[in-house]
Amino acid sequence: MHEVDMTRALLLAMDQWKQSHSPLEPRVDTVHLEVGAFTCVEPDQLRFTWRAATVNTWLQAAQLAIEPVALLGRCVRCSTTYSPLAEQGYRSPCCDHPMEEIVRGRELRIRSVQYHKPDGLRDSLIPSPSLR
Amino acid sequence: MHMPLEDTLGLNLLAANQHQAAHNREHFDAWNLLCLNVMSSPGAGKTSLMESSLPLLAPEFAMAVLEGDMTTQLDAQRLEAVGVPVVPITTGRSCHLDAAMVSGGLRQLRQRLDPHGLDLLWIENVGNLVCPAEFEVGEHRKVALLSVTEGDDKPLKYPVMFREADCVLITKVDLLPYLPVQVERIEDHILQVNPRCRVMRVSASSGEGLEVWHQWLRQQVAAQRSTLLASEPDLQRVSVPALSALP
Repeated sequence: MHEVDMTRALLLAMDQWKQSHSPLEPRVDTVHLEVGAFTCVEPDQLRFTWRAATVNTWLQAAQLAIEPVALLGRCVRCSTTYSPLAEQGYRSPCCDHPMEEIVRGRELRIRSVQYHKPDGLRDSLIPSPSLR
Repeated sequence: MHMPLEDTLGLNLLAANQHQAAHNREHFDAWNLLCLNVMSSPGAGKTSLMESSLPLLAPEFAMAVLEGDMTTQLDAQRLEAVGVPVVPITTGRSCHLDAAMVSGGLRQLRQRLDPHGLDLLWIENVGNLVCPAEFEVGEHRKVALLSVTEGDDKPLKYPVMFREADCVLITKVDLLPYLPVQVERIEDHILQVNPRCRVMRVSASSGEGLEVWHQWLRQQVAAQRSTLLASEPDLQRVSVPALSALP
């Protein structure tokens, strides 16, 4: 159910992005998201809720491209990076140490937006977005 | 057809919630209180724990509760009976509290009392082991509960919640003699996903372990006050807008 709230957060961010281009209305092709494996977000459910939530909106034609980010831990004993597995209690295979440091896998990030300028305008008329 | 343009954002999906959570925390700091976000699956014993802890802590601390529930105010009524001010937050469809909901709850709380007089603010989240872990609300400490009846594999199955927690309370330990569960395995699994968190065994009905848990709370209240005291010059420069000005 939380994918609905994640989608709402995503739509809010996209509305802000659109406002940063105001008064122009860019046509969005693709929204690129990074979703870490060690988050509470299921990519398939997020795609489904995105599709449902954007019907009849300015984002109806936009695709959601989700780039999964695998979980990567670093053993604090020997500094080796490893792929923690639930079946092994997320422990490091090198030193059998608990998962203290997470290098990657907690991402929930809008990486970029691909879009077209409104018809009939030159690229130079597209203002720089201020949203960061 | 023109080539598409691309804006690189690198924006956290939950940035708006984090911004509001930081704003809530500024208020908590200005009020010089410690805020707890209490989370667990439904039925793990959040409300029962608070029913037991609040009366025992009341002589030491001025407290209030923000009570998150999806549809009813049953838990809020149970805690009101203990004699602590409770503000119910009904989340409706949403399976977790977010920072904006808590901000609304704080506005209601301020209509009832002056939060400057509080030492501890408890936020009881909606029963759910998944979503509340991702939505911070401005808390200083996250407390997760796991009851012995839920099985020892839950920290590995729902690792984000236990990874985020500052403290995990293993609840209902009075039932251990009747269950084929090893509490050491539960503790071990929690510490595997979060080696830095504090794990305690408690029973709200027998009172076992409550004093250890309360001692941890006392330490957290004291630690929070020292942190604020150390940053007092900074605090004086920060002007926190009135809650009525919050979006």
